[in-house]
Amino acid sequence: MSQTKKEMLVDPLVDNNPITLQVLGICSALAVTSSLQVSFVMALAVTFVTSFSSFFISCLRNQIPGSIRIIVQMVIIASLVILVDQVLKAYAFEISKTLSVFVGLIITNCIVMGRAEAFAMKNPPVASFIDGLGNGMGYGLILLLVGFIRELFGAGSLFGVTILETVNNGGWYVPNGMLLLPPSAFFIIGLIIWAFRTWKPNQVEEREYKIQQVEAH
Amino acid sequence: MEGLISLAVKAIFVENLALSFFLGMCTFIAVSKKISTALGLGISVMVVQAITVPANNLLLTYLLKPGALAWAGFPDVDLTFLGLISYIGVIAAMVQILEMILDKYFPPLYNALGIFLPLITVNCAILGGSLFMVERDYNFAEATTYGLSSGFGWALAITAMAGVREKLKYSDIPDGLQGLGITFITAGLMAMAFMSFSGVKL
Repeated sequence: MSQTKKEMLVDPLVDNNPITLQVLGICSALAVTSSLQVSFVMALAVTFVTSFSSFFISCLRNQIPGSIRIIVQMVIIASLVILVDQVLKAYAFEISKTLSVFVGLIITNCIVMGRAEAFAMKNPPVASFIDGLGNGMGYGLILLLVGFIRELFGAGSLFGVTILETVNNGGWYVPNGMLLLPPSAFFIIGLIIWAFRTWKPNQVEEREYKIQQVEAH
Repeated sequence: MEGLISLAVKAIFVENLALSFFLGMCTFIAVSKKISTALGLGISVMVVQAITVPANNLLLTYLLKPGALAWAGFPDVDLTFLGLISYIGVIAAMVQILEMILDKYFPPLYNALGIFLPLITVNCAILGGSLFMVERDYNFAEATTYGLSSGFGWALAITAMAGVREKLKYSDIPDGLQGLGITFITAGLMAMAFMSFSGVKL
């Protein structure tokens, strides 16, 4: 690996973001982002699981037989997720209830598994840890962005604190209920991707078909 | 029986795993470029789902629930905290078996699915199906129906999505939105369309 550690940490934030470029870990990004607090907890949990699972898998990478590697990886990841789940249930029961099955679904969050397969199986522990941390943060960044937009414009608040006084409470802001419904997350992520790719044109995908072939024969 | 049919309809349309719970989105977005691949993946998800949900149901009833170990002489043992790890173990084992079978008997499909086959293990739709089964306390018959029909619903959604995308590639899309961006927005529109099923009951 020629990358320095700092690059490994910062790269996944924008240049190689797990959600917008690698298409990993989208499920939970859509489902839990209707409020900022929940997004924040989810981002923390995923970052924790990704970095530590990468670390442990990388420690064991020379001992894991190729044919059963998936099961071994799953066991490591699942143990970490059970840990997170139990901690959340003990110290943040309300949030753990809102997240419902999605804490368990961190196990199947493709970012965790994707990084384990693509990076941790080939690299030493510390580098894997940093790679996991970076990818978890890249995921968290998108999650917080989407959560911010959805909670601010959908409910007029941030972290549960009212920012825009809604009409129901005698204010002026008519909340956009659509943003609290799940499909809006698709639109917001789609638009974020558009923004990212306008900013970094090298991420733009090739067209499969050109519309106009203006060539003189 | 009626209860089961209504459960199936609900799992396919109203509570479609892909479009109303957003489970299995990674593969949903990544493998929906061609109808044939999407169909193959949809079918494998359906098969895995139909096997794992009832299998996990048995596991829950006879090993994990409080009092489930009474048959072995341990009526007070509650192993539910081991739930996550055992469900995912079952799923990973099933996927690995499916991978070997496909590799041996259907090499073209195996090559087409490529990296995404191991990723079925981490397909949230599969684990999500099992977790919903636990949360909603299904019995064995309901679990089998739910597994089969929720897998079918997912296959339906990804095939429909692939159909849209096959046409979409001929259209003139702004550069930054090309590929992933427009796919998300299409999926959003499809999810809105599927929301109109909510409230339908048999």
